[in-house]
Amino acid sequence: MTHNHTRRPWTHTVLGCLFLALMLFPVYWMVNASFQPGVSTADLAWFPIRPGLDGYRAAFATQGPNLLTSLMVSVGAVLVSLTVATPAAYALSLYRVRGTGAVMFALLLSQMIPGIVIANALYSAYNDLGILNTTLGLILADASLGIPFSILIIQAFMRAIPMSLLEAARVDGAGRLRTFVSIVLPLSRNAMITAALFSFLFAWSDFLFALTLNSNSVARPVTLGIYLFIGGYVADWGSVMATATMASVPAAVLLVAAQKYVAAGATGGAVKA
Amino acid sequence: MMTAPHSGSERPWRRRREEAFRWAFLTPALVFLLAYFGYPIVKNLMMSVQEYTTRTFYTGEAPFVGLANYATVVKSSVFSTAMANTVLFTVGSIAGQFTIGMALAVFFNKNFPLSGVMRSLMLLPWLLPMIVSSAVWKWMLDKDSGVINQILGIVGIENIPWLTSTDVALAAVIMVNIWLGVPFNMTILYSGLQDIPDDLYEAAALDGATGWRAFRHITWPLLRPVVSVVLILGVVYTLKVLDIILGLTEGGPSGSTQTLATQSYRLSFANFEFGQGAALGNILVLISLVFAIVYLRMTRSSAEE
Repeated sequence: MTHNHTRRPWTHTVLGCLFLALMLFPVYWMVNASFQPGVSTADLAWFPIRPGLDGYRAAFATQGPNLLTSLMVSVGAVLVSLTVATPAAYALSLYRVRGTGAVMFALLLSQMIPGIVIANALYSAYNDLGILNTTLGLILADASLGIPFSILIIQAFMRAIPMSLLEAARVDGAGRLRTFVSIVLPLSRNAMITAALFSFLFAWSDFLFALTLNSNSVARPVTLGIYLFIGGYVADWGSVMATATMASVPAAVLLVAAQKYVAAGATGGAVKA
Repeated sequence: MMTAPHSGSERPWRRRREEAFRWAFLTPALVFLLAYFGYPIVKNLMMSVQEYTTRTFYTGEAPFVGLANYATVVKSSVFSTAMANTVLFTVGSIAGQFTIGMALAVFFNKNFPLSGVMRSLMLLPWLLPMIVSSAVWKWMLDKDSGVINQILGIVGIENIPWLTSTDVALAAVIMVNIWLGVPFNMTILYSGLQDIPDDLYEAAALDGATGWRAFRHITWPLLRPVVSVVLILGVVYTLKVLDIILGLTEGGPSGSTQTLATQSYRLSFANFEFGQGAALGNILVLISLVFAIVYLRMTRSSAEE
């Protein structure tokens, strides 16, 4: 519908700003409140005219260790996810033989299973294995959120690598593993970045596993910290919003720094699978 | 379809090595899938026909009870409420997300200054951790100090107890979930719109079809496959929503926002009736499965075209 873009471009821009403002108001309100701690919520200013960092100080004091746990769990989940997903994506994209369809089917299906069903069963398994309330247990569970998505994204990309490149490498005497490491991996860098970013975000945002596989504070990510924060009567929304803002940083960074990967991931996971 | 290079001239031992290599690369992922998706499905089926409670964790005993858990769960007074809430929550969320998402996709499909930047920024609600969003909304919807009621107060509307009244809590939760789902709908529909060639609209414009008529006769029919995918994925994702409801209302007040998913969580992790939680979870899986199969059939047939 580009045919009328010359007629009234700036009215659209103004309208777009209005939609954006409506859509992002909750995000603005969160950041605004995070800079006005201790203020009774009824007389919170519409703009942080006299900003203060007390909310962040309070948030760091209570949620600092949880933020660290979130970071460790998310980075761990990304490493596990990529290590497991990338070779699988390679095998699925190059050897399209019997069984490939079944694996792809299982990958898509796995993304549709309600998390509560998985958590219900994992709780008893984790209890038997003795990894309830551990960072390792959370890393593995959160990696499972990123793996199906990563395989789908990476293999779609690898399928587009020209066969002739790989054949040339083989003619030069490179084995399968060599070809994978020195040709396929570098070429797939963008897809792997997309997969890593989303795996990080899935793990960072995870609430269900954090809630069900933890009953004490040893391995408590920030999402669970926020939930416990808002569970009862909240006296100081300023510091809750400071925590919420800090927990939003990865999403904001992702959006600004890696726009093209985000768009690729958003559409790739659903439609192009 | 791609085949491995040299597949025609391969000697048997070489072919076996190819196979071994392929399996070595696939095995870690298969193990993970089995452990984190296969096992839970099977285990959940088993738990649902056992009396599986906290005691089981100490004694290891979980007597077989047949379909008793399913009977208990279905007969419980909460079930019909949870079922009705799930339907309302899903239909309401998707209707809202889709309509707004579609409107925004059409809007951003017009080229204008800054449209790309704005479209990216619109994604933010979708990228935020859901529990963060529910914390923000919980505060915004607070009866006495929430900004929503402050704004409504300006036009003379009295404070609405958004999350504490059984009459409006479900509507409030649906509203927040719509906000969350708009970016996803917008992004997928936008990429679908981008695939429709411009000259179709130019040809239609010559015939006098612009605006709404162009949408009805060109955009909608050509977008239909994408629309179906968005709607079905929306259903499957919405059925399993937990973070938002737990964060905003914990299923309350008095069960007015309890869905099948939150009720399953409650049975297992608040009442420690893991067998009953599993039974309800399986009912949820069964419902999701119907939609998942429709989705998979559709994407598969469109991939084969």
